[in-house]
Amino acid sequence: MQLNREALTRAYRQMKLIREFEERLHEEIQTGEIAGFTHLYCGQEAVAVGVCEHLTERDKIVSTHRGHGHCLAKGCDVDGMMKEIWGSQEGLCNGKGGSMHIADIDKGMLGANGIVGAGAPIAVGAALSNKIDGPDEKGNLAVSIAFSGDGACNQGTTFEAMNLAVVTKAPAIFVFENNHYSEHTGVDYAVGTRQDIASRAEAFGMKVWRADGTDFFAVHDTFREVLEYVRTPGNGPAAVEFDTERFFGHFEGDPQRYRGDGELDRLRAERDCLKIFRKSVTGAALLEDADLDRIDADALQAIEDAVQASRAAARPAPENVLDNVYISY
Amino acid sequence: MAKMMYRDAIRNTIFQEMQRDERVVVLGEDVVGGMGTAGGPEAIGGIWSTSTGLYDAFGPDRVIDTPISESAIMGAAGGLALAGKRPVAEIMFADFIGVCMDQLWNQIAKFRYMFGGKSICPAVIRMPCGAGYNAAAQHSQMISQFVTNMPGIKVVMPATPEDACGLLRQAIRDDDPVVFLEHKFLYGTSGEVPDDPDFCIPFGHARLARAGQDATIVASGMMVSYAETAADDLAQDGIGCDVIDLRTTSPLDEEAILDSVEVTGRAVVVDEAPPRCSLATDISSLIAQKAFASLKAPIEMVTPPHTPVPFARELESAYLPSPAKIAAAVRKTLEYR
Repeated sequence: MQLNREALTRAYRQMKLIREFEERLHEEIQTGEIAGFTHLYCGQEAVAVGVCEHLTERDKIVSTHRGHGHCLAKGCDVDGMMKEIWGSQEGLCNGKGGSMHIADIDKGMLGANGIVGAGAPIAVGAALSNKIDGPDEKGNLAVSIAFSGDGACNQGTTFEAMNLAVVTKAPAIFVFENNHYSEHTGVDYAVGTRQDIASRAEAFGMKVWRADGTDFFAVHDTFREVLEYVRTPGNGPAAVEFDTERFFGHFEGDPQRYRGDGELDRLRAERDCLKIFRKSVTGAALLEDADLDRIDADALQAIEDAVQASRAAARPAPENVLDNVYISY
Repeated sequence: MAKMMYRDAIRNTIFQEMQRDERVVVLGEDVVGGMGTAGGPEAIGGIWSTSTGLYDAFGPDRVIDTPISESAIMGAAGGLALAGKRPVAEIMFADFIGVCMDQLWNQIAKFRYMFGGKSICPAVIRMPCGAGYNAAAQHSQMISQFVTNMPGIKVVMPATPEDACGLLRQAIRDDDPVVFLEHKFLYGTSGEVPDDPDFCIPFGHARLARAGQDATIVASGMMVSYAETAADDLAQDGIGCDVIDLRTTSPLDEEAILDSVEVTGRAVVVDEAPPRCSLATDISSLIAQKAFASLKAPIEMVTPPHTPVPFARELESAYLPSPAKIAAAVRKTLEYR
């Protein structure tokens, strides 16, 4: 389905915002200003945006340790996220969570996650809630998305979640982002079904789709079909595997000695979803280079503003360590 | 003796034990690192550099790089051990015990008892643990309280490179399952390590890290160095402290703790885990129960608050025990009237 100019602009802006968010973090982390472990989503933007552009605030997502892209795509506030990663009291989670635990329940973003494979069961729970709530006036169920990587597909939690979703017909969607690396290990080694994660989901009794995760349009079109299926009451869950690329290491500081010679340069040249998008929309005369350049500049500025705001933001006080363990105690 | 880092003491000990005993096998996530990639095996060599070179030396049957599957790692360690091997499994972050608790708690810990003493399960489960890296709530935790509570599991918390070597060798040679808690912050610390390839430190024997007459500080793992710093600071003011490094929390060297408290009459227990139902409460209760008559002041505990581990630098500092907090607790026991 052809997207209109506004939708195309919005999708590109979202992808670019994620890209610049991550590229900037990559630089800032090296200065030592940002604490903790950070896992960057650079290279996978078309997946988060191609999926989340279809969602409403009723729909939920559960993310991973590599969660910044999912959070931004689902509508989390850029400044609030950056401040969180800076450990500010003004951050989305008051500096308690940091990069790995960003969440915004009001936006339907039920949390990034530090534990590989922990997200899928949570997404199924949210999907069961959606099922209880029933379809909207148009007959569509709200859905819950479990974003998982090729690493998480080897966890028992993910298997159990898939089976539970199937037997309960929960409107859950398992989005597997296969970036070919489970931390520092190749998917060929770690996933017994080799390059094919979707077949595992299929074996659990789900309808599955596969698409090139570096092509926004492939993601967006495929996910429309997935969503239409899962929104229909009675169908239950589905899974989709997107073939994608990770431009940085598992975490910031990863020496990436497992990469081949010139691999990252080749990925940046040939498998960059932003370049592929630009080529596609300008080639079809849907948007001009100048339009995209303007979005690029806006995204850069938004990130610059977020960084400056984060530097100036209030720090937590030591006594804040005690806040929010319980609601009442 | 040779000077080396804590992480190298661990790697070298595993290496030597694998050479000595072909039943010793290693397994865990990225313990080889780079499997199935262009960089190939050993491209990373374990994210903590505690398994570097093992794969090249001993091959894929004995150095098993696993997918991200903690339950399978833990359970396979149990199965390997029941079947006659001596696995040294790594759970990359101790926090991930949450993923595989059943295989440790309901399986490995209980095999021998449930089977009427007819099995041995010589599995070593290495778990890098502890806070200090701003790694937030799921990559920073101290889990000593859970594993010390498990009958059937021995729990080791080495504080120095020498102890890491001697206690790990003992763990590998021990016929019972052992949880070996390596504090992430200690990996880069250096110390002298004996050359003797049979150097073992028996379990259940605490180490007196500092000696003094005025107060007893009980600590383990990373907290030992904080206690030593506190003791050294207090010594400047003429306050002498025994610093007892527990080395193993199960078995626990009760005698070392009680003998010291009987002399000093003052006890400060330091623990990196939250304060409820922890090592700190366990040892405090031991002292209250068995050294009550010697006490000149209430027992003090220095622990984090009853919260998860926070992310922001200021919050994590507020969360963790520190030499200053330990010294203040010692002074409090001295000021008690």
